[in-house]
Amino acid sequence: MATETTGAVSSCVGPDGSAIGMPQLCFEWFPNQIFWLVLTLVVIFLVLSRIALPRIAAVLAERSGTITNDIAAAEMLKNKAGEAEDAYNKALADARAEAQNIVAGAKAEIQADLDVAIAKADAEISAKAAESEKAIAEIRAGAMASVEEVAKDTAAEIVSALGGKATAKDVGAAVAARMKG
Amino acid sequence: MAEEKGGLVFHPMDQFIIKPLFGDGPIGMFTITNMTLWLALAAVCVIGLLVIGTSRRAVIPGRAQSIAEMMYGFVYKMVEDVTGKDGIKYFPYIFTLFIFILFSNFLALIPMSFSPTSHIAVTAVLGFGVFFVVTAIGFIKNGVGFLGLFWVSSAPLALRPVLALIEVISYFVRPVSHSIRLAGNVMAGHAVLKVFAGFAALTAVAPLSILGVVAIYGLEVLVSAIQAYVFTILTCVYLKDALHPSH
Repeated sequence: MATETTGAVSSCVGPDGSAIGMPQLCFEWFPNQIFWLVLTLVVIFLVLSRIALPRIAAVLAERSGTITNDIAAAEMLKNKAGEAEDAYNKALADARAEAQNIVAGAKAEIQADLDVAIAKADAEISAKAAESEKAIAEIRAGAMASVEEVAKDTAAEIVSALGGKATAKDVGAAVAARMKG
Repeated sequence: MAEEKGGLVFHPMDQFIIKPLFGDGPIGMFTITNMTLWLALAAVCVIGLLVIGTSRRAVIPGRAQSIAEMMYGFVYKMVEDVTGKDGIKYFPYIFTLFIFILFSNFLALIPMSFSPTSHIAVTAVLGFGVFFVVTAIGFIKNGVGFLGLFWVSSAPLALRPVLALIEVISYFVRPVSHSIRLAGNVMAGHAVLKVFAGFAALTAVAPLSILGVVAIYGLEVLVSAIQAYVFTILTCVYLKDALHPSH
């Protein structure tokens, strides 16, 4: 260990300026080291405990308070948003139901109109059909009469052409009998 | 510890020599030395980070304030987790230890700097300081009940005196290991750095030596932080023993 005195300013440092043994074990430096260490520690402790640590604690507390408040506000806003969404959904459902009602009403109205129109059209069609039938019957009756007449005339002509003689009455009876058969 | 090795000269321990900053006289108690300078730098850096860095008190922190808050939170959580709620009031003391050791260790990594935490005188003051304060707290808080720390009530009765002896020995070894662990780690790291750097004088091994210096330096960065952490958490553990001595 460094105990021998070498004539230098310290027993721990050789004349060439290099350490003798471990400088850590040079006891003559201890008072100086301990004094400055304790002074440094006291200074650091006083500065920290008086200024730095309370300040950091305050900042952290303030921040956590801010964060808590912000989270609470966010929660509130979220609830509000949820309520708004519910209201929106309800309004949407109402509107949809109303639209459904309107559609149904419109459909019923149209159906009624349609039914009326169809009935009217049917009536018109049947009236027209009856009229037409009547007209056809008339035409047919007219045609029958014409045919009879033509047949009588033709029969009388044929009889006379063949040299026979027949009264109009006989021819008429014969034609009528033929046409009936 | 000058060793001659084939022309190479190693003075790995010279970096730990304490010199007066002004003049050449002997080192008295109040002489301003290189260690005073680096202790003061540590204090200035602590103040710079934790006081000036947080002076804006911003709710959204800047860089310095973030680091300060992170350190605060880290140590606060450590104290709270290890010692419990009643240890919180000792937080400023523990934080002082932590921040001082951390800054001393990191400042010592600057080339040509001086490392106060490599000196037994420094770490012994810290370690024994913790030891005496914690022991005092133990007796003040628990009275004679503090001695229950040495009486392992969960062990069989026959074993308890033996265990008590072991516990007492281990209790008194605590400050020694506490302080030597820190000083030894820092000193060894710095000495190894110097030895590797000494080899750089040989051209043949210089690249290897530089690589070694870089690697050891990286390791020392880790060691600096880890040793500050270890010292602090052990302080918390000892404090916990003083506050709650029952096993």
